[in-house]
Amino acid sequence: MKIGLFVPCYVDQFYPKVAIATYELLQKLGCDVSFPMKQTCCGQPMANSGYEHLSKDCDANFIANFAEFDYVVSPSGSCTLHVKDHLHDEKNEQLALQIRKRVYELTEFITDILKIEKIEGNFPHRVGLHQSCHGQRMLHLSQMSELNAPFFSKPEQLLSGIKGLELVSLSKKDECCGFGGTFCVTEEAISAKMGQDRVKDHENQHVEYITGYDMSCLMHLEGTLKRQKSPIKIIHIAEILNGMKN
Amino acid sequence: METKIIEHSKAAEIFIKDEKRTDWHNETLWFVREKRDKAAFQIADWELLRETASQIKNNVLSNMHQYLIDFETNAKNNGIIVHWAANADEHNKIVHSIMEKHGVTQMVKSKSMLTEECHLNEYLTEKGIDVIDSDLGERIVQLRKEAPSHIVLPAIHLKKADVSETFHKFLGTEKGNNDPKYLTEAARQHLRDTFLSRKIALTGVNFAIAETGEFVVCTNEGNADMGVHLADVHIACMGFEKIIPQRKHLAVFLRLLARSATGQPITTYSSHFKKPGDGKEIHLVIVDNGRSTQLGREDFRSSLKCIRCGACMNTCPVYRRSGGHSYHNAVAGPIGSILAPNLDMSKNADLPFASTLCGSCTNVCPVKIDIHVQLYKWRQKLVKEGYTPKSKTLMMKGMSAVLSNPMIFNLAGKMGRFVLDKMPGLVSNSFNPWYKQREMPAPPEESFREWYQKNSTASKDKNHEQ
Ligand code: SF4
Repeated sequence: MKIGLFVPCYVDQFYPKVAIATYELLQKLGCDVSFPMKQTCCGQPMANSGYEHLSKDCDANFIANFAEFDYVVSPSGSCTLHVKDHLHDEKNEQLALQIRKRVYELTEFITDILKIEKIEGNFPHRVGLHQSCHGQRMLHLSQMSELNAPFFSKPEQLLSGIKGLELVSLSKKDECCGFGGTFCVTEEAISAKMGQDRVKDHENQHVEYITGYDMSCLMHLEGTLKRQKSPIKIIHIAEILNGMKN
Repeated sequence: METKIIEHSKAAEIFIKDEKRTDWHNETLWFVREKRDKAAFQIADWELLRETASQIKNNVLSNMHQYLIDFETNAKNNGIIVHWAANADEHNKIVHSIMEKHGVTQMVKSKSMLTEECHLNEYLTEKGIDVIDSDLGERIVQLRKEAPSHIVLPAIHLKKADVSETFHKFLGTEKGNNDPKYLTEAARQHLRDTFLSRKIALTGVNFAIAETGEFVVCTNEGNADMGVHLADVHIACMGFEKIIPQRKHLAVFLRLLARSATGQPITTYSSHFKKPGDGKEIHLVIVDNGRSTQLGREDFRSSLKCIRCGACMNTCPVYRRSGGHSYHNAVAGPIGSILAPNLDMSKNADLPFASTLCGSCTNVCPVKIDIHVQLYKWRQKLVKEGYTPKSKTLMMKGMSAVLSNPMIFNLAGKMGRFVLDKMPGLVSNSFNPWYKQREMPAPPEESFREWYQKNSTASKDKNHEQ
């Protein structure tokens, strides 16, 4: 089983430690994983801004990099979703559709494909879990608060094996953080306010860390926390699962 | 009342300046969302109910033509006078002509978002007709010369003190008395005279039943009944999408509507109208106003399933923090943002972008409209048809060039990290909207791919071989 590691462009450039943790974690779990060097961006920033037609080159590049793998795994719900929903290939649409089916977000890949229920580790901290919208409502990584349906949560399930980790419950358990791609600059006022409100909810629970499965939301929350000079830290779930020492 | 349109992002920025009020608005609507959750989760089959409603409405959309003909025939047989209006202007003219025919210059009106959409009040006022809105919330905003900010809770943007101030000014209530009981009583007295004196009452329509030619109006205040029963002429206005096939389908929709809207099991009044009383008239105005165009847009058709419960607004994190008026459209919030561009793309090109595409709206919607998907699709359409600023298109083209080419991407990434590290002032300044209220990420020394080249198992193996 050959696994291609798909690292969102901003993670590659700004949060390499998240990609490293993902890479190491998958290796520890026995996967044959590699990172195709010519990958760039999935095209989501353009597509969500209404310029899906400009993401053709990104699509072509994605396919060139990932066509050979049995699975493509990414530490980001929203980039995974974008590929799953919108990857096209003008010359070989069938191929694009096949690749779409092989793309997985990291936590769902671990629970659903590797069939691992929890991961042992140690992280003695109070932690708030940010439910990123695309991962939650569209990839169904966990149950959303809108539906009258049974609870489940793939990330929480994985975290349940981490010793000392105390997961808090939030007053708005799955409210959007306000990042929203280019929304964060085009609707700056609302976006920033949403980030501040989200941070406050975690603060009220006295968390030491905010974790999640989508670095873009975490980057937004981190930018907000830092501006407020808050001691709360951001950590991607892959870093916790990979047994971060601190 | 043609006012200059302020773009959503600008209007939101102004709204948010009063942070306390924004927080209050946010929490008030969230409270309604939580009430909705409680009511919905008491019904074990809630999701099945939503699915059923969605399917019934899908059937209606596919057979609209026939249902409308059936409805008209049956309504006429019941003695209802049916009018068809192709657009807002025709609708307004029809309503006015009925008033003229009866020589009446005063009207009492219960809640109808359609008449807001058609700007009926302005039209009639210009013709010298005195219109009084009898829904309490609508009356409050009417006195203030504002538009409703929410389809179910028209005055939700106002606090008790604002209402007290308004009533003091227009109804002569005691200044500074914010007691809701006192204020409601004052409104009741004020409206009582209206109800008693008006000969013509106008209502909206929540459901029109094709099978029987009946229609149902849902209110909590009983003001629709009060107006209609005391008047000689009842004018009911509906967008043609209000059709449902059979009376039994009400059982599905009435259970969903109030629970989704306010968390009540059912609206206090669900008034059924079938035929006019002796010596009275019922006029029904069926309005298109862009609906058939929307019905023809495959991607956006299902927006016509909407039953106007407002749940998508209450849950929307953007709506809760920007207020209904920021959407500059009769219907605000997520549903307004997918309906408005159909009416006028250039005026409403900003609305589909006033969302993070979080998808909460889609999942509270009792008729399962895929609102966030349609927001995404409207974005594509608006861009293709040239309704976005040139500067944005240029920026996107630039981004696409950088992000799709591995070499340029690496170079740009290096430069970006270099700039952030050595010359942070270049990005961390007031021209960068991100930086206004948020810090930029700290640039790491190397990108992941640089790390990978040195440290991956594959590259290590290679190094060993050498
Ligand atoms: S779109 Fe759905 S949730 Fe929104 S008002 Fe209409 S029916 Fe209610």
